[in-house]
Amino acid sequence: MAFLELKNVSKGFGPKTSRSEILSDINLQIEKGEFVTIVGYSGAGKTTLISLIAGLIGPDAGTITLNDLEITAPGPDRGIVFQNYSLLPWLTVYENIYLAVDQVFKNWAPAKKALHTEKYIEMVNLTPAREKRPSELSGGMRQRVSVARALSMDPQILLLDEPLSALDALTRATLQDEINRIWENDQKTVVLITNDVDEGILLSDRIIPLSAGPDATLGPSIPVNIPRPRDRKSINHDPRFKEIRATVVDYLLKSNARSRSAVTRTLSLPDIEPEDLSVPRNWYSPRKQPIRKREIKKETVEISS
Amino acid sequence: MNKTTFKLDWLILPLLGMMFVALAWSFTSSTLTKGLPSPSKTWSQSKLYIEKPFEKRGEMDQGILRFTWYSLVLVAKGYSIALLIGTPIGFLLGLSKMFTKAIDPLIQILRPVSPLAWLPLGLVLFQKPEPSALFTIAVCAMWPTVLNTAVGVRAIPQDFLNVAKVLKLSRTKTLFKVLIPATLPYMFTGFRLSLGIAWLVIVAAEMLTGAPGVGGFLWQEYNSLIYEHIILCILTIGIVGFALDRLMSLVEMRFKTI
Repeated sequence: MAFLELKNVSKGFGPKTSRSEILSDINLQIEKGEFVTIVGYSGAGKTTLISLIAGLIGPDAGTITLNDLEITAPGPDRGIVFQNYSLLPWLTVYENIYLAVDQVFKNWAPAKKALHTEKYIEMVNLTPAREKRPSELSGGMRQRVSVARALSMDPQILLLDEPLSALDALTRATLQDEINRIWENDQKTVVLITNDVDEGILLSDRIIPLSAGPDATLGPSIPVNIPRPRDRKSINHDPRFKEIRATVVDYLLKSNARSRSAVTRTLSLPDIEPEDLSVPRNWYSPRKQPIRKREIKKETVEISS
Repeated sequence: MNKTTFKLDWLILPLLGMMFVALAWSFTSSTLTKGLPSPSKTWSQSKLYIEKPFEKRGEMDQGILRFTWYSLVLVAKGYSIALLIGTPIGFLLGLSKMFTKAIDPLIQILRPVSPLAWLPLGLVLFQKPEPSALFTIAVCAMWPTVLNTAVGVRAIPQDFLNVAKVLKLSRTKTLFKVLIPATLPYMFTGFRLSLGIAWLVIVAAEMLTGAPGVGGFLWQEYNSLIYEHIILCILTIGIVGFALDRLMSLVEMRFKTI
């Protein structure tokens, strides 16, 4: 039995009549200590997938188990780093992390909690900013606080939901290295969700593409057999890197093409027949007003993204 | 902006406006409306009350600031009751859809009722002027706090609630660590509006109950035909109301920064 296991999970949103299936038939096994990346298009349902694992939403069908226990509600055993940081703006860096520590390690002495908090602030190199509020920090610093908060709960699994998407390329690279360093230090199980294939190859043991939505599902698991530590500069020239990248991108493009040709849309033509401006308007014979046609045509079209 | 235009904007223009109104006032009082006391007469009649603002000569003959103080104390009491009742109701409204559906129509009906309508009911309920005045202030001033708090609670971003869920914060901890801090800016906007209404209501309440205070003084001086003091009271009420609003907006700004 795998550490984290998703079995035939599917999830959709909306009322029955106009229901859109986001994820269907998701199967995933992750072993303890693995770093797995899931890549996919934006809007494919990546965040839905991580919310399912976090327990913030429940699946429509299928089961999700962590350590053989079914996930039904969110909990601190799954540390989650949200794309938009989700720090509480009225608390300082220290207080944000302390809130988590205080909650998870309830019966520790206050001094131990404080020490633990300091340790994680230091781990993400934010000690000089410990008394600052999130609004005074840059995007990269905020995301580091968010990572520190998730790690400080000592979770069994770390869920990273596009943690670096909102950052500029340079900060992104720094934080990638930082995540790499932290992971190598304590070998936590990590699920990283991203739309950046290179990021996935640089950091993870396995890459799993998520096909384009709707009805997104996971593609084949592609192992990243490049030895660690990986160097960001030389990895680009590694033939294995190129091969993995090609496989993942190929799968994603194909899935997108497939979903593209299958889309059916109800198109409503412009509903209004315009006024005829060539007819002059007089006080005794008003010009014909625009008319609604109430005509709807159904046809299949290709939608390019 | 250079220094001179700054002074022009903030000092000279308002002064010009006031001077214009004073001129118009003295003109009409000497020509059209003979009953209206002129500015200079108002000053000479009110001098005693302004120069000895805290003197007490009799129950209804006291310095203007002493009267203001009585009114402020009454407002403070009624306003506190309004906040103590209004804030929890606002939270319930924001948190529970069922509660909103049950209570919202009632609020919409009670909200536009004038203080003059509540006061007699208060007198029937409490038999004494002071508690009924407090009742009136509380009932009238409560609504902005209720509605703004409810809006604030509904506007809390899902992210913050997700954090509370992931950390498995208890209900009380979620309330004090997440819900209340996230709602504070909205709450203070409500508090500020409520204070404005409370000050409006106090005058009406005092006029009817005859309690000593700015409003009571105003009504008594009308009955004893000393119209100069009516103007003195109006100006005092206006200035105090303005000061209270400024004060609350400072407090509000303090909480807006989070």
